[in-house]
Amino acid sequence: MRLKQALMPALLGATAMAGVTTLASSAQAQHEGVTVNLLTRPGPVIAGRLEQRGEEFKEMTGATINVATVPFADLFQKLVTDWQTGTNSIDVGVFASGWAVEMVDAGLLADLSDFVAADDKIDMDDIAPYFREFNQKIDGKTYLITIDGDFQMVYYRTDVLEAAGLEPPRTWEEYLSVAEAVHGQDMNGDGEADFGSCMFKKRNAQSFYAIMSIAAQFSQTQGTGEGFFFDTETMEPLVNNEAWKEAFRVYKATGEFGPPEELNHDIGDTRALVTTGRCALMIDWGDIGPLSIDENSQIKDLVGAVIMPGSSRVLDRASGELVDCDAQRCPHAIDGVNHAPFAAFGGWSGAVNGKSDPAVVAAAYDFLSYMNQAEQSNFDVTQGWTGYNPYRVSQFENVGPWVEAGFSTEFAENYLGAIGASLNSPNMASDLRIPGTQQYQGIVLDRELARFVAGEITADEALANVEAGWEEITDDFDRDAQRTMYRASLGITN
Amino acid sequence: MPAVIMILIFSIFPLIVSLILALSRTRLRSGGYQIRYVGLQNFEKQLFGSEQFHFLGTFKTVSAVGWLVAATAAALLIWWMYSYIRGNNLTVLGLIGRLITASLLFGLAMLFAATLFSGTQFGTLGVTLFYVIVGCSVQFVIGLGLAFVCSQPIRGRSFFRVVFFLPLMVTPIGIGFGFRMLADTTKGPFSPLWKLVGLGDFAWASDPWAARVFIIIGDSWQWIPFIFVILLAALENVPRDLVEAGHVDGASNWQIFREITWPQIVPVAATVMLIRVIEAFKLVDLPNIMTSGGPGIATESMTLHAFFAWRALDFSQSAAVSYLLLFVTVVLCVSYFNLIVLRRRAVHG
Repeated sequence: MRLKQALMPALLGATAMAGVTTLASSAQAQHEGVTVNLLTRPGPVIAGRLEQRGEEFKEMTGATINVATVPFADLFQKLVTDWQTGTNSIDVGVFASGWAVEMVDAGLLADLSDFVAADDKIDMDDIAPYFREFNQKIDGKTYLITIDGDFQMVYYRTDVLEAAGLEPPRTWEEYLSVAEAVHGQDMNGDGEADFGSCMFKKRNAQSFYAIMSIAAQFSQTQGTGEGFFFDTETMEPLVNNEAWKEAFRVYKATGEFGPPEELNHDIGDTRALVTTGRCALMIDWGDIGPLSIDENSQIKDLVGAVIMPGSSRVLDRASGELVDCDAQRCPHAIDGVNHAPFAAFGGWSGAVNGKSDPAVVAAAYDFLSYMNQAEQSNFDVTQGWTGYNPYRVSQFENVGPWVEAGFSTEFAENYLGAIGASLNSPNMASDLRIPGTQQYQGIVLDRELARFVAGEITADEALANVEAGWEEITDDFDRDAQRTMYRASLGITN
Repeated sequence: MPAVIMILIFSIFPLIVSLILALSRTRLRSGGYQIRYVGLQNFEKQLFGSEQFHFLGTFKTVSAVGWLVAATAAALLIWWMYSYIRGNNLTVLGLIGRLITASLLFGLAMLFAATLFSGTQFGTLGVTLFYVIVGCSVQFVIGLGLAFVCSQPIRGRSFFRVVFFLPLMVTPIGIGFGFRMLADTTKGPFSPLWKLVGLGDFAWASDPWAARVFIIIGDSWQWIPFIFVILLAALENVPRDLVEAGHVDGASNWQIFREITWPQIVPVAATVMLIRVIEAFKLVDLPNIMTSGGPGIATESMTLHAFFAWRALDFSQSAAVSYLLLFVTVVLCVSYFNLIVLRRRAVHG
């Protein structure tokens, strides 16, 4: 067992005990005898920390937290089946926040708004606005408690770019030119040529999150409420246009400077290459930061992070063409470049079964709140193995916990700066949060993107297919209902 | 009576429910699922609508080779039907059965003529048939060869029997991950070997045919033992005196195999292949683990197609694809059983 892992429980125990002793007196036996069954994905990532915090929570309140896991791909299906069939063996699901929309639509989740209002420890104002207002709420009510903030950034090898006299990319054109300039260099001293860019492209994995991250930069300019998936009036897809075509082109072009088998790489394969020092540029969620300081990492203090590269040419929705940014078109642009950091996946969040016993719902909420509170989460997000990424303002304003976790001050400031730039962006792009999201993204977009990248079809054909496929799903789910849900998910209430 | 009830619960009930799903659209609603009857719309979508490219393939112009393949298939099927009608065994049921078989076979020949032989991509039906036809043929030839070798009095026979049988006991998911790693030309254990033969930069998972072939290799590794062990039992049941009589009469080894051994094991071989073919139609683990159906949709089997739809809560399309798979499997396997297995049994049994 690695030293860090061996010491972790003891360290946690020590930090937790301090909290436990103070809290125990006030909340002792508050939920005595209550058992909360929680379902999430397997492995130490996400589930591991829930188990450990569950033990602490039991000592504090008397409630037992049972953490069960199923493979990620089956998680949505298992939760829905359990709740929809009335089995109700699960009280809490920890999953992608976007999935909740369909569950709320089916009346499966408990409204947590009253609990939040009465909770004096959760400190909602510290939660970054996107996660507080969009991620946790559906139709103005809080159904989810965030425990992980997910959005993508670009990471770069500081040593490789510095040696080549290059700056981190601000646009996708710069990304491609940087990748091309350093592609083929030996970046980890093993004598083998390494890669300019590493980007997961495997079908039925995470590739569709990457393409949405890129497309958002060209498509959304007017703030989170604008959205970039559908026209908010007609619910017609906004995909068959020059913005998405350019995103498809960029995504495929990055493969020219990537590993040969990139088409079969998911996020795990890409991270393995990144942490072994084989990639100059990469796109990822917040995980690369903590992973880079892992004892097996070969990129400790050699990696930097920037907000997702943007574009100075953006979509004119009337014509479907790309046009140059100006003050009116790109009000949130930085140095003339429009950025729309995409909240890919939305982050792991906890939701409570609406059919659970009220005592269980109360205990479940208290546990999720405990996970979310700054005292716990500000430490958890600095630990790469937890899989939790920052979502609180205090998490990226204070470098202290990060330096304690093993970051150098310089990297901590760089990393948190990129996170802050993304989270504070008023143009943060929201992930799709309407019924059928799995079908829109995981089936149609994912499949057409895979066919395009594999060279089976052109970008025009792929995007026409995505448009047609999305229209079918929208009609199937009822266009008016979908439009209402989509507008609500973007905070458009009138 | 309890047995009938059990069959109804475990077999017929799911069949009926999935048929209802295949003829409707479903979605989550408060308190249950909302089911809306849509007739054959789901099937229409797969066969003629927006999912046609996915299920059947992409159709453009049929090439000269494609027409030739279609014409040859048509000629063979017409000749086959003609021979049956002119023969002495003509029955109404036999004629209807053969008409269904011939129609499906002609449809599949046209499918490949219009896709594979015309330079466009075939869909999950074609991929599944590729796995079934090529995969099962390879597995049969190698399984029979290994069984034949192990039925001979060679040294270490018992050891090889156990070794050849082991892969069947490994879980398909483990095989999927194992082969994905073994076939990795840049990081896998054979990476130096790949580099030595100039394939260090070759990514099998990016090439449709290489990916399909690697999946067949993984599938064969698992299933050859099944064919091996059953054919070995059949080979060991061939009467020794017949073989020895052949030797005494001066027959060569090949003649003995062809004239004595092969006819003896044909009924078993035909049955084992029937089981294997039915199983191969359901291939899902390996393409799911090794390629997730990629590159593009190149390695996606029909079962994986249905699974992906099911996972996104599109139960209706999933059920429709499953029923199409059931139809193809039943027609081909019943035809195979009636026209090959039963006939062989009639001749040799």
